[in-house]
Amino acid sequence: MDAMTMGNYGVYVWSSFGLTFAVIILSDWRSRIHHNRIYRDIEVRIKALEERQ
Amino acid sequence: MWNFFKQLASPPHFYRLAATIIPWLAVPGLLLIAYGAYAGLFLAPEDYQQGDAYRIIYVHVPAAYLSMMAYMFMALGGAIGLVWRMKLAHAVGAAAAPLGAAFTFLALVTGSIWGRPMWGTWWEWGDPRLTSELILLFLYFGYMALRSAIDDTAKADKASAVLALVGVVNVVVVHFSVEWWSSLHQGQTLFKKGGPGMDAEMLYPLIAMIVGFTLVFGALLARRIRTEVLHRERRTRWVREMILSPAGGR
Repeated sequence: MDAMTMGNYGVYVWSSFGLTFAVIILSDWRSRIHHNRIYRDIEVRIKALEERQ
Repeated sequence: MWNFFKQLASPPHFYRLAATIIPWLAVPGLLLIAYGAYAGLFLAPEDYQQGDAYRIIYVHVPAAYLSMMAYMFMALGGAIGLVWRMKLAHAVGAAAAPLGAAFTFLALVTGSIWGRPMWGTWWEWGDPRLTSELILLFLYFGYMALRSAIDDTAKADKASAVLALVGVVNVVVVHFSVEWWSSLHQGQTLFKKGGPGMDAEMLYPLIAMIVGFTLVFGALLARRIRTEVLHRERRTRWVREMILSPAGGR
């Protein structure tokens, strides 16, 4: 229980840790989505060109 | 040596190399963060003045340090891109900006959360460290806005590189602000003369967090550079060959 309350500073400590990890995870997730989208767009364009040829 | 850099700067080479190094950075980085967070939250003793509130430093210090390091990557990328016209260097700058903005945001918010119980205020406009860090966030926003406002990638690279180089002055101000001016923010703790001003039980988790965050930052940056390279090189032959190859190149 002490670990949760952190001597009445629990809200400050846990929100700081939570926000930090959330931003890092979100940043990684967004960068994966962005990469996959660009890859897929290029793939579709190249395959369409190949089929036309 | 020159040949090594020349090969490293080749977009196809870097694209493949980055895919290999990302797990080698991410896995030890995450393990160090897991240890640092656990030890910092549960094993390190309470501070005699700040109580448990000081534990915020385990995320605040790495975020603040990376907010400046990301900017140096951006500026160095811009300088190398301008001087040697290296395409990959501009891609590094463009990839570092969103990460730098994220870590600057974290440094500001976690610092503010720590300031509330310690200083009795969320924010102090007169404080040089806080204000210069906020200017750093605006510089990141300005850099990204400038890049997205210019359609021509080569022109966007040049203009944003100049902005990044000018902004380096602010990074120096952020770093030395606590020494040059009177500040609510505490001075150097880790690198002060006579050694770190912290007990070893508090210090080791902090070092683990700094190294862990740096490795994870490296992995995140490498992933973003790959995306940037793929986007810039989308019409080149190597991308076409890579995508048509059975192995692909995600």
